[in-house]
Amino acid sequence: METLIDIQWVLACYADDVPENGGVCMKHGDEQIAIYNFSRRGEWYATQNLCPHKQQMSLSRGMIGSAGEACEPKVACPFHKKTFSLLSGECLSGDDYKIKTYPVKVADGRVYVGVAQA
Amino acid sequence: MSKQTIIVVGNGMVGYKFCEKLVSKTSAFNIIVFGEEPRRAYDRVHLSEYFAGKSADDLSMSTTAWYTDNDIQLHLDDPIQEINRTDKTIHSLKGVTLGYDYLVLATGSSAFVPDIPGIEKEGVFVYRTIEDLELIKAYAVNAKNGAVMGGGLLGLEAAKALIDLGIKETHVIEFAPRLMPRQIDAAGSAMLQSKLSELGLSLHLNKSTACIAGDHKIEALQFNDDTLLAVDMLVISAGIRPRDELAKLAGLQVGTRGGIMVNQRMQTSDDAIFAIGECALYDNMIYGLVAPGYEMADVVVAQLLGADKGFHGFDMSTKLKLIGVDVASFGDAFMAEPACRTIVFEDTHKGVYKRINISNDGKLLLGGILIGDADAYNMLLQTVNNKIALPPNPEDMILGLRGGEQSEGAGVMSLPDDALICSCEAVTKGNICGVVNDGATDLDTVKKCTKAGTGCGGCVPMVKDLIVGAMKANGQYLKNVICEHFDYSRQELYDLVKINKLKNYDLVLDHFGKGDGCETCKPLVASILSSLWNDLIVKQDTIQDSNDRYLANIQKGGTYSVVPRIPGGEITPEKLIVIGQVALKYGLYTKITGGQRIDLFGAHVSDLPLIWEELIDAGFESGHAYGKALRTVKSCVGSTWCRFGLHDSVSFAIEIEERYKGLRSPHKLKGGVSGCIRECAEAQSKDFGVIATEKGWNLYICGNGGSKPQHAQLLAADIDSKTLIKYLDRFLMFYIKTADPLTRTATWLNKMEGGMAYLKNVVINDSLGIADQLEEEMQLLVDSFHCEWKEVVNNPDLRKRFTHFVNAPGEKDPSVKFEGMREQVKAVW
Repeated sequence: METLIDIQWVLACYADDVPENGGVCMKHGDEQIAIYNFSRRGEWYATQNLCPHKQQMSLSRGMIGSAGEACEPKVACPFHKKTFSLLSGECLSGDDYKIKTYPVKVADGRVYVGVAQA
Repeated sequence: MSKQTIIVVGNGMVGYKFCEKLVSKTSAFNIIVFGEEPRRAYDRVHLSEYFAGKSADDLSMSTTAWYTDNDIQLHLDDPIQEINRTDKTIHSLKGVTLGYDYLVLATGSSAFVPDIPGIEKEGVFVYRTIEDLELIKAYAVNAKNGAVMGGGLLGLEAAKALIDLGIKETHVIEFAPRLMPRQIDAAGSAMLQSKLSELGLSLHLNKSTACIAGDHKIEALQFNDDTLLAVDMLVISAGIRPRDELAKLAGLQVGTRGGIMVNQRMQTSDDAIFAIGECALYDNMIYGLVAPGYEMADVVVAQLLGADKGFHGFDMSTKLKLIGVDVASFGDAFMAEPACRTIVFEDTHKGVYKRINISNDGKLLLGGILIGDADAYNMLLQTVNNKIALPPNPEDMILGLRGGEQSEGAGVMSLPDDALICSCEAVTKGNICGVVNDGATDLDTVKKCTKAGTGCGGCVPMVKDLIVGAMKANGQYLKNVICEHFDYSRQELYDLVKINKLKNYDLVLDHFGKGDGCETCKPLVASILSSLWNDLIVKQDTIQDSNDRYLANIQKGGTYSVVPRIPGGEITPEKLIVIGQVALKYGLYTKITGGQRIDLFGAHVSDLPLIWEELIDAGFESGHAYGKALRTVKSCVGSTWCRFGLHDSVSFAIEIEERYKGLRSPHKLKGGVSGCIRECAEAQSKDFGVIATEKGWNLYICGNGGSKPQHAQLLAADIDSKTLIKYLDRFLMFYIKTADPLTRTATWLNKMEGGMAYLKNVVINDSLGIADQLEEEMQLLVDSFHCEWKEVVNNPDLRKRFTHFVNAPGEKDPSVKFEGMREQVKAVW
């Protein structure tokens, strides 16, 4: 059964603060969230900033791209190039890691990230 | 109906693997894990790497999040004290009482400590857990010499740990007349012994210890033959003892020499209680390796799911590296004539010993031992396990082919489909070829689909060979393409980008690629664009590798290192002072690099523009240490000071470095200039090296250090400076245009048809008629040089990119931490 969780939209930054086809890191309390501006596709994504492989705060500095025929959007950690789906958070490089993903919306040039209501 | 509860006692490798296997198959159980140690399950097989610099986190098998994500309750630092089988409950040390439907005992083993007088003295340790290692590490600080009791596999691992800790004199004491008596034969032991002695280990065989002498702490070992060995510390590694005390207390059947008795289903004498791993005794045997433990975990998971699977013993073949020496034994390693015939190869010069046992009719391989060189292990093991017919000359299997045609059918593709390739995850050749036939063409996909190679990783070379073999068998053409987004080689794409004058990544992708790119093609195209147009790379920062994006080298913990250019290694005292002041101000660790420069480590990303602003003000430029680009031109001091110097090597090195600085290439480029044949600049180990002669300069090219060192080869002798620059222009530009990505000049030359003779013809005789063009293209790059950091420092928009938090620009990453080391800092990791 799906559980509905109340989402709180938190203002992260202005859209033009995020480089095209790249990411930035946002601070939300003690959490670090990576936000990606996939401008080539006109899409936005957000995940945890921590790469689970070697516990580095690094995903926002990674390169984004696509994998496979279905063009699954992904990010590659700059440390050891482990790649993760931006949709599901699953590791695409054959390891058993999974990262947290967050919904993103952009309105009036501002980027908001959806986090679980405290 | 509420879920059934499984309690796992023990959070070691096997206990963890059991949980992993169970949750991957079902969520029907409520899983609770109790561990005695304060930390989560870690990789005990690679424990000695803890001393070689790995942290407890590196060794960890999982994360805290993994347990919460999978709804597993984890109680660390809380051993189970009692099992009440009637009520089906357990009681822990901290007072937790819980009921179970099934209990899995994965309590592992402890070190066997012999009953020798004085064994309780200070300075005597066992080698089993990270806590043991920490105690050893702390004590070793004040120890000059140390001994390990036990010359088996674990004992030698422990000896390696002592060496890594900087113990000057390390001894190994073995009761038996030889090392590793359980795995290898006498001749193999002798070879291993001489190899280890060469490496500085003192070996004492045939020694039994009478007592440990010393006041309250260990001072010496007293042997039964009345000899004495003075040592400051002792690590006991004389075997393992199954942890069966809890089972015994609960009235479960245990073996007379320890171990919880289990049947084929891994059930103990109580149906609801299983035992797996090193605490389990199956068929009178304790399996002290991790792979059989994983297999046992798999058997229990199968039982819980109602499947029919049993444990039927396990192949104890093993391959490992002990203190840098390969040691392997497989199949029946010890059998001897007349039961079989043996073929032995021994090379005392190189320290290699190989033995294979073959059946009397010469058809089958039965087992063997490899010391010093175990490259053939995987294939030999497969040959034993799958009963593959031996070639007419079985000695080829350990000696390699000595001339003549390679026989057909050799190699991995000749294995039967049920050959077990990955024993950690029980993956067969058939499984791997199956996913390749279904469309998987790379290692990552195969790993993901089959889990092969995700355990110890020893089978990865075979998996790679199988992928290639299976693809060839399907008639698939293996083209050297960049990645899934570009169906071209680097050289093809370079030409296409140039002809079409494309200047940004998206255009290149739209014209010649598909999809949205990836971490392989983005930096590759970035490198081509720089080599062609030399635009500022930060203008397209998100297609650069992280180092190029932040114009600094990312280091452990997420900080960066800064390397200003110091051409030819020449620096004024004023500039040295500036580097020191900057390092002090920003709390950086400083170290001299191999390329005669100074590396400043530990810079926060937001400090990078501030640091560079100060460096640029003092006259420094970017050193491009972050780029696949020209790094340094190393020089000796040359004729200005040196009494042997023929020419001024420093001035020439500076001239060359200034000319090619910032030059982007398929891989990093390094150069060197020596003022005489003594070669103090080590120029012959560089991509290009220049050595002064009586008449001019000799130019050497295509050398490198690194993992596969190769000497540079002479391109031209006794040439003047101008000619040398001309040849260098042509050589470097030709390399940039034609090399595969991430290929150093040495590898590029090795792969070149015609080799050095061909390259000489192109560079010196202009055999392709492109020399003028190459020189022009190089001149364009030289003329368009810019210091990337200067551009960033002077551009507020670019500077803005150098922040950690987009919504808190002034704030630094709080997860970055440092600790002191030799009066400087290092990242805590």
